[in-house]
Amino acid sequence: MTAKPKIVVGLGTCGIAAGGREIYNAIEKALTENNIDAELTQTGCIGACENEVLVDIAKPGQPRISYGKVTEEKIGEVVTNHLLHDKIDREFALGKIGEGELSAEYDDLPYFFTDLPFYEKQVRLCLRNCGFINPEKIDEYVERDGYQALKQVITEMKPEEVVEVIKSSGLRGRGGGGFSTGMKWQFTMNAVGDKKYVVCNADEGDPGAFMDRSILEGDPHSVMEGMAIAGYAVGADEGYIYCRAEYPLAVNRLKMAIEQAKEKNFLGDNIFGTDFSFNLKVKEGAGAFVCGEETALLMSIEGKRGMPRPRPPFPANEGLFGKPTCLNNVETFANVPVVILDGPEKFASIGTEGSKGTKVFALTGSINRTGLAEVPMGITLEEVVYDVAGGIIDDGKFKAVQAGGPSGGCIPEDLLHLPIDYDSLTEAGAMMGSGGLVVMGEDTCMVDIARYFLSFTQIESCGKCTPCREGTKRMLEILERIVAGEGKPDDIEKLKTLGEAISATALCGLGQTAPNPVLTTLRYFQEEYEQHIFDKRCVAGICVDLMFYLIDAELCNGCGRCRKACPVSAISGDKKEVHVIDKETCIKCGVCVEKCKQEAISLQS
Amino acid sequence: MTKVNVTINGQPVEAEAGMTILEAAQLAGIDVPTFCYDPQLFGAGACRICVVEVENARNLPASCVTPIWEGMVINTESEKVVQARKANLSLLLANHPLDCLTCEKSGECKLQDYCYKYGVTESDFVGDVKDFPLEESNPFFERDMNKCILCGKCVQVCHEINGAGAIDYAFRGFASTISPAFGEPVENSPCVFCGMCTDICPVGALTPKLSKFKGRAWEINKVKTICPYCGTGCAIDLHVKGNEVVGASGNREGLANKGHVCVKGHYGWDFIHSPDRLTKPLIKKDGKFEEASWEEALSLVADKFKAAGAEGLAGLSSARCTNEDNYLFQKLLRVMGSNSVDHCARL
Ligand SMILES: Cc1cc2nc3c(=O)[nH]c(=O)nc-3n(C[C@H](O)[C@H](O)[C@H](O)COP(=O)(O)O)c2cc1C
Ligand code: SF4
Ligand code: SF4
Ligand code: SF4
Ligand code: FES
Repeated sequence: MTAKPKIVVGLGTCGIAAGGREIYNAIEKALTENNIDAELTQTGCIGACENEVLVDIAKPGQPRISYGKVTEEKIGEVVTNHLLHDKIDREFALGKIGEGELSAEYDDLPYFFTDLPFYEKQVRLCLRNCGFINPEKIDEYVERDGYQALKQVITEMKPEEVVEVIKSSGLRGRGGGGFSTGMKWQFTMNAVGDKKYVVCNADEGDPGAFMDRSILEGDPHSVMEGMAIAGYAVGADEGYIYCRAEYPLAVNRLKMAIEQAKEKNFLGDNIFGTDFSFNLKVKEGAGAFVCGEETALLMSIEGKRGMPRPRPPFPANEGLFGKPTCLNNVETFANVPVVILDGPEKFASIGTEGSKGTKVFALTGSINRTGLAEVPMGITLEEVVYDVAGGIIDDGKFKAVQAGGPSGGCIPEDLLHLPIDYDSLTEAGAMMGSGGLVVMGEDTCMVDIARYFLSFTQIESCGKCTPCREGTKRMLEILERIVAGEGKPDDIEKLKTLGEAISATALCGLGQTAPNPVLTTLRYFQEEYEQHIFDKRCVAGICVDLMFYLIDAELCNGCGRCRKACPVSAISGDKKEVHVIDKETCIKCGVCVEKCKQEAISLQS
Repeated sequence: MTKVNVTINGQPVEAEAGMTILEAAQLAGIDVPTFCYDPQLFGAGACRICVVEVENARNLPASCVTPIWEGMVINTESEKVVQARKANLSLLLANHPLDCLTCEKSGECKLQDYCYKYGVTESDFVGDVKDFPLEESNPFFERDMNKCILCGKCVQVCHEINGAGAIDYAFRGFASTISPAFGEPVENSPCVFCGMCTDICPVGALTPKLSKFKGRAWEINKVKTICPYCGTGCAIDLHVKGNEVVGASGNREGLANKGHVCVKGHYGWDFIHSPDRLTKPLIKKDGKFEEASWEEALSLVADKFKAAGAEGLAGLSSARCTNEDNYLFQKLLRVMGSNSVDHCARL
């Protein structure tokens, strides 16, 4: 078979949302119209979500060229130019991947992973296949050493040896808690039980987080392989992947991957001819944040209402259906084949003393480059915000970064030098969490941010324990009051004592960490709370109730359009004279701003 | 049993391995407040009122679900603990109708007791309160979910002990409540009206209708007896005010039932003071029942037996009798020469 050119379209949820399917069709059309024989395929998210739709084109013997932000109108031309005329369209080309011959004219094209600033500091272990393989074709995974780790483990190693390898790699859970994965496997291995389970936590409920989704969409087999290895190590023959139903693409690709793996006997009975058998099921969750908490998740798989229960007993001893259960996060499992194939020493050589390997972060907020980045542990927040994410949009000023989603905290500028590892982030009052990083610029109101996260945790509280159910509600009410300009002098104290009481007494991690966004913003931005409460000001200009409309006397020509438009007659002024708005009467509808041709009216804080 | 040594409030306590902090405290005679704990139920750890301080622990663990370990140093009333309990009570009060004046539970309400103990007179927090309609369409009990503190015990007793599974948590966050499926009234659920949920509720959210306004907790004398309805022999407490029975509940000392009851034992006591109840034998004379003495009535029965002879005699016994009663009954009939014996439960 002669090698064909290959065209790969990024069809993760991000690519699809950016119009990937239309691009795919347009390419198909261009190929037919021009009689080009090329392989058109798809892949998952490669991380640079802001550049979607991404299309990679590779001719045999040439490096693969990545085109970003392609448009439906132009893509046909890009493809034909590349394939028929060896012309690379510089408007869209981002960089090249791999080696091969290319006209000297394109020598200056950057290497995608090493030269592009977004990728320069990344180390891609978990995401090694994302953006490369077609997740719907198991052969492409197998070509890149897929299921080799499983084979090695079940044909050459004893379960205890596998546990030892994972322990010595220093791998810690990527789902938030950061518990030693090797230890967890050891507990499950040692637990007595006629039946054991492996469960993968793919609930990913934090607002702003999409690491796990991208891995499942882009490389489902790596997670499944990790689970099968865990199954062998702990003595389980059955596994569940608990994935939220809001991730239909991930669910579909998982189901497809399971079928394909069964056909190849990477799952099922007597895998690789051994007496190890392992089967996988996908269980769809209904989208409750609390079902990401491990005990609630297990209840939900059992068909009960997802509510956390006290631990001990830990799932390792009494988990799914009361049986010993090894429960890990998507990213944790995806790391496992890497640890086995590269060896634990290599894995442990990346990162810091206490935190080994890499972490995938979902970068969102006011940054130039949003997307998914896998960075080595120990990298500083500053490097992530400025080097990887390209700093604040429009050269704005950095204000804070929220790490760890609603359970995490806001970290201010003077702590940007902090290395990203489990312990440093916890010390700063935030947490690694599952890996959401929301970067905020000067135009963010910290009180409003705290209010937002608390409104999330309050409605997501399972309702079981008093501090979380009732306490977050009262904290939220206080914050709502403050942003509405009705804050009281003792509100800050109340927030602190109530927040601390909730953290200290709630049953599960949701309640224990729910006050973090409030407590950290109070710790680092207390003056902003005080401005809201005492000066009735929101410097970021976010809290509408604390703002007022002002007519600039210099610009106003006294046309009176605003006065006539105001529904509550808050504006007065004689014809051709400067007009004024009465703050007390004004209801802040903003109609006047629209009416003023002089652009003399603006919102002031 | 392996012994475990712990220190509670400075006092050394020798407890048993596997005990929770709460059990160890109870063993030492130390009282720790609880809402959701019940020794008959799985540990839920829901209400968090039982939190205690444990030396070197990060948080304040709930004593009812935290196992003890050797050398554990526990303080059940430290300043931190008291602050946390006050905050907890204050949060509950903020969302609880304070109508203790007419509440059926007043006097044996745990919320009232603990607010008294910790001097919580009003809530530090004002804001939204729940507003559920009173559910009173069934004949047996009222469900006032505005008073519910969501300890979850009713749900647990219904699922774990009765097995009916009629009620469960519904909704999330502040909107959480306990409800039959689809918010239907409880009579449209699998509820069998055992009323064990009303017995276990620590506050006045679930109260028996028949007892309403019939007496306050402190006026009531609980008299242990055996339920007369069937042969199981469940121990129940009759709630007696003055000389009147005004309620009933399961008695946990009962060997046969450990406090569990069914609808009859729980709510079927109102025949006791019914004017229709027969208290003297009646003999029909000239087509009309007339009061008679026991002597007279029994002699009449004996005469009729004799007249009928063994062939003309049959016996039907009642499911309300115990096995032993039933055994003796058939024996009696056989001694009288008849094999015609049956039992109402065979119908
Ligand atoms: C409220 C709450 C939500 C959670 N959500 C997730 C989640 O979406 N994904 C996840 O992997 N872990 C989540 N966790 C952490 C899990 O309870 C558990 O620690 C983790 O899945 C264990 O896997 P790991 O050891 O591989 O990290 C959550 C915990 C809490 C308290
Ligand atoms: S802390 Fe919140 S989410 Fe967790 S058990 Fe309590 S009420 Fe439920
Ligand atoms: S009366 Fe019995 S069956 Fe009905 S809800 Fe209560 S516990 Fe359940
Ligand atoms: S009704 Fe009573 S027993 Fe049931 S959850 Fe509410 S307070 Fe607890
Ligand atoms: S009594 Fe311990 S948590 Fe409720």
